[in-house]
Amino acid sequence: MKPSTAYSQYHPKWYRTRVSTLWWSRKWSYLKFMLRELSSVFVASYIVILLLQLHALGGGPEAYLEFQQWLKDPLLVILNGIGFLFVLFHAVTWFNLTPKAMAVRLRGKRLPDVLVAAPNYAAWLAVSALIVFLLMRQG
Amino acid sequence: MAETITIEVARYRPEQEGEPTLQSYEVPFNKDWVVLDALNYIKDHVDGSLSFRWSCRMGVCGSCGMTVDGEPKLTCATFLSHYHPGPIRVEPLRNFPVVRDLVIEMTDFMEKLQSVKPWIVREDDPAPAEGEFLQTPEQLDQYKQFSMCINCMICYAACPVYGLDPQFVGPAAIALAQRYNLDSRDQGEQERMDVLSQHEGIWGCTFVGECTEVCPKNVDPAGAIQQYKLAATQDWFKSFLMPWSKR
Repeated sequence: MKPSTAYSQYHPKWYRTRVSTLWWSRKWSYLKFMLRELSSVFVASYIVILLLQLHALGGGPEAYLEFQQWLKDPLLVILNGIGFLFVLFHAVTWFNLTPKAMAVRLRGKRLPDVLVAAPNYAAWLAVSALIVFLLMRQG
Repeated sequence: MAETITIEVARYRPEQEGEPTLQSYEVPFNKDWVVLDALNYIKDHVDGSLSFRWSCRMGVCGSCGMTVDGEPKLTCATFLSHYHPGPIRVEPLRNFPVVRDLVIEMTDFMEKLQSVKPWIVREDDPAPAEGEFLQTPEQLDQYKQFSMCINCMICYAACPVYGLDPQFVGPAAIALAQRYNLDSRDQGEQERMDVLSQHEGIWGCTFVGECTEVCPKNVDPAGAIQQYKLAATQDWFKSFLMPWSKR
């Protein structure tokens, strides 16, 4: 509170409640928010793995084979599985947030939220399909 | 005897006690009563010392916001029957200092509201005699949703960012800033941007989104803040790429 609140400066005692450290566990929507924030850690870990992969690729066929073996470690598979779920959660919530940030208007009327979010999902689907196609063609 | 319901009210009498305590009251259970009716019944018939704010009892004045069973609510629009058979716990709004019982101290919000200039700012400032500013229904529609805010502070009570960092300007003030920014008659966007592009302004918001969930008037403050962030970012890019152009 700023010092300019002079008229209440000499008030006897206000009661202030402290926000508990576990405030986010009180409600599903708060918990969902914290999980979303946490998902950034997994997004970062994906990027680290990608960088390691590029590094291995630069190191020649042997180094890349070694990297592939390392990826098959059960612990890493489990970690990547959890990470994948978090990244999925991040992507879905991110796309669902776009209509909030973008008030798209067409002929003076605001487009329904679904129509703003849908192109994101469509682009996601198209990119995924392209990757699957490229992988299938090689395999 | 007619059916009753128990209301557990948080009492805080600073001259008597160091922290709030709960006091239970039995009130008649009328299915068309709201929580505010029950509090007024207690005040009139059971315990005249109970303190709380209220005025219009029809969701317009924004005075009767309280925490009902852990959720911030307008008590004039929260029916007892929703919580049947009870008990119902009524506490002051969270994130604000408590003055007495259910009365919170709101000066902080009032100052923040003022800091974003929630009025029409004009560079030319013509005299009233020069006539009114005309506006089409489409232009009205641009900001109408944000103008429904009644300053009830329920969004501040739901916002964990405001709870953890009281410097944060907060949902309602930013939504109202956006209400005037989107108004075709207003020219004060840059002045407001100076206040709101600070860290305590729009960037303090981490988009928990609860302000929008709890808003009794469907104002969508979370949407207003994100749209503001987008505008601020575009602004920054524009000034970065075209430093010679003035907005």
